[in-house]
Amino acid sequence: MAAAALIGKRVSGWARHRACRGLSLVRRGCAGDSLDDAVNGLSTEQQQLRQTMIKFCQEHLAPKAQEIDQQNEFKGMRDFWKKLGELGVLGITAPAEYGGSGMGYLDHVLVMEEISRVSAAVGLSYGAHSNLCINQLVRNGNEAQKEKYLPKLISGEHVGALAMSEANAGSDVVSMKLKADKQGDYYVLNGNKFWITNGPDADVLIVYAKTNPSSVPASQGITAFIVEKGMPGFSTAQKLDKLGMRGSNTCELIFEDCKIPVANVLGHLNKGVYVLMSGLDLERLVLCGGPLGIMQAVLDHALPYLHVREAFGQKIGHFQLMQGKMADMYTRLTACRQYAYNVAKACDQGHFSAKDCAGVILYSAECATQVALDGIQCLGGNGYINDYPMGRFLRDAKLYEIGAGTSEVRRIVIGRSFNSAFK
Amino acid sequence: MAASGLRAMVGVKRVIDYAVKVRVKPDKTGVVTDGVKHSMNPFCEIAVEEAVRLKEKKLVSEVVAVSCGPQQCQETIRTALAMGADRGMHVEVPAGDYEHLSPFHVSKILAALAKKEGVDLLLLGKQAIDDDCNQTGQMTAAFLDWPQGTFASEVTVDGDWLKVEREVDGGLETVRLKLPAVVTADLRLNEPRYATLPNIMKAKKKKVEVVKPSDLGVDLAPRVKTLSVDDPPQRKSGVKVETVDDLVAKLKESGRI
Repeated sequence: MAAAALIGKRVSGWARHRACRGLSLVRRGCAGDSLDDAVNGLSTEQQQLRQTMIKFCQEHLAPKAQEIDQQNEFKGMRDFWKKLGELGVLGITAPAEYGGSGMGYLDHVLVMEEISRVSAAVGLSYGAHSNLCINQLVRNGNEAQKEKYLPKLISGEHVGALAMSEANAGSDVVSMKLKADKQGDYYVLNGNKFWITNGPDADVLIVYAKTNPSSVPASQGITAFIVEKGMPGFSTAQKLDKLGMRGSNTCELIFEDCKIPVANVLGHLNKGVYVLMSGLDLERLVLCGGPLGIMQAVLDHALPYLHVREAFGQKIGHFQLMQGKMADMYTRLTACRQYAYNVAKACDQGHFSAKDCAGVILYSAECATQVALDGIQCLGGNGYINDYPMGRFLRDAKLYEIGAGTSEVRRIVIGRSFNSAFK
Repeated sequence: MAASGLRAMVGVKRVIDYAVKVRVKPDKTGVVTDGVKHSMNPFCEIAVEEAVRLKEKKLVSEVVAVSCGPQQCQETIRTALAMGADRGMHVEVPAGDYEHLSPFHVSKILAALAKKEGVDLLLLGKQAIDDDCNQTGQMTAAFLDWPQGTFASEVTVDGDWLKVEREVDGGLETVRLKLPAVVTADLRLNEPRYATLPNIMKAKKKKVEVVKPSDLGVDLAPRVKTLSVDDPPQRKSGVKVETVDDLVAKLKESGRI
């Protein structure tokens, strides 16, 4: 029965089976070469977590990544979210009592990186959900709030978001205008939020509003609220048409006499700025998995291409100018990764450095844009057409120089931390 | 033997990952394995999944994952533990001996372990994707003098018996085996689960025992000598023909028709 031809048939049947589960041929052979977790200093469990995420994303996300970008819509999002919940990665930093996995920031960065490697847009939505929303609730919510909101967010039944920016309050976020007036047992919110990731999909949102608009300094009059979809007076405007991160839905939030129960104040009244700023540090750290994943994706596609495409009678990867590109792209990515993983490890040991959280995303975001540009160059004409994903990587990468604080604000954070040492 | 008390052992082989482009060593003694991504043989994953499902149905009381090879095999065992195996056994084979380790040796090791651990059901992948031998399950059954159900696409426990649906050339064949038995998993037996984050962490606490082939009385002297390992021949480019007549002529010329 074990005739050679039959074995061939069986194995090729197996290969087909795998192929239709989403392994793209372009990935062949390069994963191990440009990603060495022994060098990255990961534990066995973290390496296993990466393998799980690689496999999961190749099977459930990779076949849809281009379409999500082209159509600016992730059709199976709810279903995918539940699968992420089953894997235990939505509540990755949440305690086990609410269904979380009780893991650390390095694990979170890893998962963020692997999702973004396949679809940076879905990675961004994941970051907004798992860090901006879930982790903020974990860090600042009271027992009742955690019990009410965390389990469904962690299982993936609900989608989460966080709303900070307004049309006229981006980098200068404390100049926000969304007003919250206390009326009995409620706060009544009036105003708008803009560029809100997951806004159109979110069931639970953390929203910052001014509870004391006349406070000096302005930062002392901000309070964080938990808002639920369907609360009277809360609505979302149309989805934004973005350059990149297409399929990670972004929109404006509208509050018209929206009544939020007092029980939904997150943290302390008028102390929202602490929730906001400390959360931003960790947001920057976790989101830097985004640029890391994009850079890895560029290498995943560019390296094999350079060893297939020929010019002047040889593989273009053997020309020194292209060797220089490979070396630069790989070194940028690896340097960013080491910085990010080490800052994450420090956070896991209880050492939170605001300047380094800003530093990792400042550097990795700018590197990602550069690496994506280099990747396009490696593919030449093919890099410039949308049959290849290189353009998507560039468009997606640019977001990380803008979202979670612009590069300019991150430089201010780092510069100020040195200034303060010389006061 | 009570069905609820079945002890299952699963073989898990560490192989070069299926997505890696395999390179032949310049001296043609084998393929390059250093610095190459490895993972669990996909058919072994299917075998682990089946064992874990039987455990979840309470038909199996314990699942032991076994791997033979160098230190790195423990990573493969950890993956099996994260999928739901209860404990691991690593049969440590030094790198020098591992180059010559063949299904013959592995079968002897597995047979010895199965006896030592009082195993009722030995689940293996039908073959490994590196050497494509497809021998270990059959030889192990022979050494143990147990019945075997190879290329399984469905396994049902029925008291002291096992019903195995096998994928054969003409379709499916159903056999009934008396336990203890050896079963090898084919592709369609199941779809293996992912090692979820909580289970990866739980696996960290599970025990992996290290044993030596000599402890099991197995001699690792090579039985097969590899003469040469070569790349498959490069595919030659085809030719375009203008008419059907040309096509027929060409096919006749090449002796195809």
